[in-house]
Amino acid sequence: MKKFNLTKFLVWGSALFTLGVLAYIILFILWNGIPAMNLGLFEWKYTSNNVSMMPAIISTLITIGLSLLIAAPIGVFTAFYLVEYADRGSRFLRVIRLATDTLAAVPSIVFGLFGMLFFVIQMEMGYSHIAGILTITIMILPVIISSTEEALLSVDNSLRMGSLALGAGKLRTIFTVVLPVAMPGILSGIILAIGRIVGESAALLYTMGSSSGMINNLTSSGRTLAVHMFVLSNEGFHVKEAYATATVLIVIVLIINSLSTFIGNKLGSGGK
Amino acid sequence: MANNMSVTLKAKDVNASNGDGKTKFKISDLDFYYGDFHALKNLNMDIEESVVTAFIGPSGCGKSTFLKTLNRMQDLVSYAKVDGLISLDGQDIYQKNYDVNELRKRVGMVFQHPNPFPKSIYDNIAYGPRTHGIKDSAQLDQIVEESLRGAAIWDEVKDKLHRKATDISGGQQQRICIARAIANGPEVLLMDEPTSALDPISTNKIEDLINELKEKYTVVIVTHNMQQAARISDKTAFFLNGEVIEFDDTETIFSTPKDQRTNDYISGRFG
Amino acid sequence: MQRDFSEKFMKYVFMFCALISIISILLIFYFIFIGGRVVDTPNGRVLEFDGGLPFLTEKGFLDVIFGTNWRPNASTPSFGILPMIIGSILVTLGAIIVGVPIGVLTAIFMAKFCPPKLYKIFKPAINLMAAIPSIVYGFFALQILVPLMRNIMPGNGMNMLTASILLGIMILPTIIGMSEASIRAVPDSFYQASVGLGATHERSVMRVVVPAASSGILSSIILGIGRAIGETMAVVLVAGNQPRIPDSLSDGVRTLTTNIVLEMGYASGDHRQALIATAAVLFVFIIVINSVFMVVKARGEQK
Repeated sequence: MKKFNLTKFLVWGSALFTLGVLAYIILFILWNGIPAMNLGLFEWKYTSNNVSMMPAIISTLITIGLSLLIAAPIGVFTAFYLVEYADRGSRFLRVIRLATDTLAAVPSIVFGLFGMLFFVIQMEMGYSHIAGILTITIMILPVIISSTEEALLSVDNSLRMGSLALGAGKLRTIFTVVLPVAMPGILSGIILAIGRIVGESAALLYTMGSSSGMINNLTSSGRTLAVHMFVLSNEGFHVKEAYATATVLIVIVLIINSLSTFIGNKLGSGGK
Repeated sequence: MANNMSVTLKAKDVNASNGDGKTKFKISDLDFYYGDFHALKNLNMDIEESVVTAFIGPSGCGKSTFLKTLNRMQDLVSYAKVDGLISLDGQDIYQKNYDVNELRKRVGMVFQHPNPFPKSIYDNIAYGPRTHGIKDSAQLDQIVEESLRGAAIWDEVKDKLHRKATDISGGQQQRICIARAIANGPEVLLMDEPTSALDPISTNKIEDLINELKEKYTVVIVTHNMQQAARISDKTAFFLNGEVIEFDDTETIFSTPKDQRTNDYISGRFG
Repeated sequence: MQRDFSEKFMKYVFMFCALISIISILLIFYFIFIGGRVVDTPNGRVLEFDGGLPFLTEKGFLDVIFGTNWRPNASTPSFGILPMIIGSILVTLGAIIVGVPIGVLTAIFMAKFCPPKLYKIFKPAINLMAAIPSIVYGFFALQILVPLMRNIMPGNGMNMLTASILLGIMILPTIIGMSEASIRAVPDSFYQASVGLGATHERSVMRVVVPAASSGILSSIILGIGRAIGETMAVVLVAGNQPRIPDSLSDGVRTLTTNIVLEMGYASGDHRQALIATAAVLFVFIIVINSVFMVVKARGEQK
């Protein structure tokens, strides 16, 4: 006689439910999105007829590229300071950590509001790519800092000792010995940041604005894919195009995730 | 009286010292503190050139601590304090504006656990020379070969110079580390228990190597293994609780030690 | 020495980069809480403060925080944000009710019941769930949940319940991720001791392992709360957005976050200031939640 096991039922049930919800969401979007795909969606110029997402794709790529260009060196260098130079327990160190942790906790809408008040209004950038990029840069800084920090800390200290004992000095040791070993971890932090940028809408809506046209220069307004998705959902007119945009977003996320797993595996074999 | 069955002087009796009595390192009234802990007390020692000097003594008595003051690796510990004089070829190594990287070029170090960089064998050996300005690849090739020969491992790795140094055995890794230290062209080699993490065969190979190395370098070796000290060193210093209890020719230390404590340690009564 | 100079120089470069984080957070604080700016007015250049704190002092702390009327554009405007505070709390509470049981149980499954082959599917699936943009979740809820709700309850389907369910789903990966890690971190010796005494696998897991992971699970819940209370774009699509205190689950609701995003685009003057004040209140909530998280995490690690 098989006794009904409540615990087993509950855990399996919850797990299957969770998996089921995920599968449902993805399949539902793909089911509706793939048929809605057409070439018009990828035309360079946006019109109200083609509702092209190409400008959004380009804006997304530019945002990712430029904000990483600024945030990655700053974030990595900050982590260098925290791990390789600062005295353990110094007050300055604790202040930086507090700042980074707090920054990580700020909700994206608050970033958006701040970006609007500071970059758009105070710095008179207007709704523009540059305002959005700078806002995003601040937003992803903590992500890069903490993953780089973790990567640096996981480097075996004996390697540093070996390099210093050969007379290499701290700077050279960091760049020629520590950094190569920490690189996979740093890269996975960057990929994490890319994922966040792709999914971000609240911080961009009122900094980059929501203009549907293709970018002219950094001062033009625009929208990333996520913002485009929001506008379409909100307006409610272009449902098919919304599904198509959601499909593109999901595909991008899948690619980013696979890249992350790939690097994660490399970390397992190469690292320490 | 030291009648030590545990200590045997090996047949390749290495105690014929090469040195001409010249002092390489002079240590005067050295006191060393880790924070409040007085780790080295009033140390005085002359380390002779082209000679193998061994530091022996029980765990935690200051041998490694002292070794690391000689190439200023202790600088990396923020709460370490050095008082007194350590001079290399007559120059105080702790004086202001003394180039510490140059010091570490002249005074190389081999660590207890082999720590080759996760780079190719070639890049490991070439690291020191490249750091100190040598860029010409022909020159580097030559240095790499000479160093690997000098570490008695050239024949084993000459066909795999571009293999990752972390892919080879522990004993070979340690000899790579020795080659890496030699590649810098040092005058002194500091070795911190270099064979304690290795198997007996590798240990043997490295001991043979040390015997050859002293022709060109001044070697200072910290070892837990008394027999090793007796086998390969010319001079031995016995450390206890941060002090040098006795410092003399190895033969003397192991057969006719002057201090009772030395005798007790040698005969295994403690440690 | 040449090298000494570049060493020292780079140290200061690195230090300066570290300062940028401090400067950023200070700027954010400043603009949200104080907001002093020099503006050109007809009367010349004036220092105006349009941050949250000046607003609260000007309009009265109690009137704003506990006021129930949000009518920023009326002829006699009122800026009570209590409905939004309650909206945030209720929607988060709903998310917790939906997300925590399912999330924790799923975490238990993944850590202690999941066959290895299945795990290879589950783990990337949860990571994927975490990576899906909130807007996609919101759109999904708009297309599926809202019509569903419309059928089973009064109203147009955009209400507190829909928002809670949506948020509950969205915080699942957050809760699962950290809870699973905590459960896995429990030393195997506890489990073995229990089984060695004759207890079943289920009993050992639920009575011994999971309780041992409780502070990690609690931390994950707090993290989930933080995530739910900060979510904007997905919620604004399905929550109804009426700025009043809800009576029932089928009432539309507005949160602190959606309040900001709905009106930011066109607000000016006092209205805009009120939104900045909303952001300030939200920020305080988040900081409190974050601090609780830190404390719980630190306590958990001490054990």
